[in-house]
Amino acid sequence: MNLFDLSQASADVRAASPAQVQLDEQGRLRHFLDIEGLPRSVLTEILDTADHFRGIGDAEVKKVPLLRGRTVANLFFENSTRTRATFELAAKRLSADVLNLDIKTSSAAKGESLMDTLVNLEAMQADAFVVRHGDSGAAHFIASQITPHVAIINAGDGRHAHPTQAMLDMLTIRRHKGEFANLRVAIVGDILHSRVARSQIQALNTLGAAEVRVVAPQTLLPIGVETLGCQVFTELAAGLKDVDVVIMLRLQKERMDGALLPSESEYYRRYGLTRESLAHAHPDAVVMHPGPINRGVEIESAVADGPRSLILDQVTNGIAVRMAVLSMAVSGQMKARAERRGERSRGAGA
Amino acid sequence: MKRSLINARVIDPTNGLDGQYDLHLDGGRLIAIGEAPADFSAEQRDDLAGKLVTPAFIDLGAHLRDPGPRYKGSLVSESAAALAGGYATILPRPDTSPVLDSASHIRTLLDRARDVAGVRLAPLGALTQGLDGDLLANMAALKSAGCVALTNLRQPIRDLGVLRRCLEYARTFDITVVFQAQEAALAGQGCAHEGAIASRLGLAGIPESAETVALTQWLLLIEQTGVRAHVSLLSSARAVELVRDAKARGLDISADVSMAQLHWTDEQLEGFNANFHLEPPLRSAADRDALRAGVVDGTIDAIVSDHLPHEAAAKSAPFAVSEPGMTSLETMLPLGLALVEAELLSLPRLIETLTFSARRFGLKGGMLEVGEYCDLAVIDMEQEWRVSSETLVSAGHNTPLLGMLLNGRVEEVLLGDSCYA
Repeated sequence: MNLFDLSQASADVRAASPAQVQLDEQGRLRHFLDIEGLPRSVLTEILDTADHFRGIGDAEVKKVPLLRGRTVANLFFENSTRTRATFELAAKRLSADVLNLDIKTSSAAKGESLMDTLVNLEAMQADAFVVRHGDSGAAHFIASQITPHVAIINAGDGRHAHPTQAMLDMLTIRRHKGEFANLRVAIVGDILHSRVARSQIQALNTLGAAEVRVVAPQTLLPIGVETLGCQVFTELAAGLKDVDVVIMLRLQKERMDGALLPSESEYYRRYGLTRESLAHAHPDAVVMHPGPINRGVEIESAVADGPRSLILDQVTNGIAVRMAVLSMAVSGQMKARAERRGERSRGAGA
Repeated sequence: MKRSLINARVIDPTNGLDGQYDLHLDGGRLIAIGEAPADFSAEQRDDLAGKLVTPAFIDLGAHLRDPGPRYKGSLVSESAAALAGGYATILPRPDTSPVLDSASHIRTLLDRARDVAGVRLAPLGALTQGLDGDLLANMAALKSAGCVALTNLRQPIRDLGVLRRCLEYARTFDITVVFQAQEAALAGQGCAHEGAIASRLGLAGIPESAETVALTQWLLLIEQTGVRAHVSLLSSARAVELVRDAKARGLDISADVSMAQLHWTDEQLEGFNANFHLEPPLRSAADRDALRAGVVDGTIDAIVSDHLPHEAAAKSAPFAVSEPGMTSLETMLPLGLALVEAELLSLPRLIETLTFSARRFGLKGGMLEVGEYCDLAVIDMEQEWRVSSETLVSAGHNTPLLGMLLNGRVEEVLLGDSCYA
């Protein structure tokens, strides 16, 4: 440890950031916690690997033996249908054994601490934890302090990050629009509470998108959101003008209670994506939504089900991206484990 | 016992003393500074060449966790930590379990302290019953029982009419009111400074206005009622300005800041280090710089520990759900010396800010007075030590400095009326 730096009078005693925790010394993925800090090469590798796995989904036998004999535990401290289902399918298509734990209704409710739950699962020799948790930084906390030798895949932590969702969105964009350099992307809706938006903005910036915009009323924009790397719009028509990709976010009903919005109907009139408002975007623009959608609240049914909607494609790509991330992180952990074993046996031999 | 401390650098800001002086003590009473009286013959002579001797420190607001759950700390562990940090007197906060809102609780605490605590306690009592912010506490009785000031800490007093009455009643009995400015409705469920970093980390923010809106209300009511007040734990540049203006208008108000706020900013939250989960939150670099300037120009009178020890499990959780606070009594001196080393603060000013509460709250100590009992801290400014579970005396090891090497250590605290034989 460093000497407290007197000249600075403010020693930097920051803990390791998610970016530092999730990569090993060789830059290999060993957890997948956050888009922030990941180099473009790793994001591209994830997309390329996922592209390859997309083919498996179309094959007669939808399985590869990459994770045979490995155990993936889905730890969902928050409810989720789609994310959990696609993670389960992803793990199964990689031939892993899958353990689904809905922690809300099991041990956490009985007062067992997060830490106890995790170390017990580690003792059951799980190789990966897919973690969804209501608190920002939860996945990072687990990876850095509780079970560093289990691959932690962040399936959403509070308002902080949802990196696999962002990567499946990137895969969807790349498959339909090609390279990112020429793309303008607008993210519309509740940016304040959205871990999806934060991860998307970071991924789009890292992959070199021409312009990232966020569109929302002031009450749904985090302070300083522009520092994430995006242009801020409070008016939908201006925000959608000439964009190539429109990403709509789900509006949680409880936002009305917090005095963030007056009503669903006013929100829909100002920020809902309708055929009419979509006309401001580029004629070839595509429409995405992380789901589940609120028809008539943030998006018109005719748009959600229309020809430019990629919403179901996103779901399909979600399986491929989660297969890619699981296989990469578990293999990163396997290599590290082998290296530790090697060091131990060398130590014993010496 | 007659004792002479010789050859040390002695700093006493109250008397404008800074230089090499000998101190001569008899049974804890300071007999002379400099030359010993002709009839004084010391039984013990301590050569403290190279060391620093100052009035022992006084801390306002340290949480001694007593009464309360033992796993977080106790009078025994936390007063030992205070001594190790150079403190002779602590003004402990009232949000114990039970809350210190009655004279009997205060008497019980002081009785126990006489038996087990190594430092003097000058407790802060609750301003409202249970700190609930609804009904006035028995203020006069609390004062008679030994409270040196009353406070509701950061607990909201939602009804401004009640707040006004609290201040008027306190004024009636010449009681100083200590407060921390935070408007609960604006702070919401926040756990970090509202700014770009919290936004990126997805942590709910506490806006600067949570502090300034509450502070403005308090200052106006303090002005109206004429009560003597002390605002604790300032966190923003704008709050420093408000206090500066209030002092210029002639309000009888003093202010403090925690040592952590003078060192760190919200940038430390990048790795979700729960040891930086503090209330009020660490704010921006501009805020920190304004707080430092406030200490230098006297707007801020005291630097306090905001000592809040926790067991390991309280911090072993995702940032937002970890318990806020830092154990800090033992690292106050080295962190203060770091500010001096960086030429942000003079050494006498540092000592002045660490002893201010004695003068403000009419307590013994905090200065050298010939003929009086005096509490002294003997300091080795060069001693390097590592913060670790082994070296920390506090029951709480919740500090981001764990594992770090620090410069400067308190060698001994001499308590005027008890520790001398």
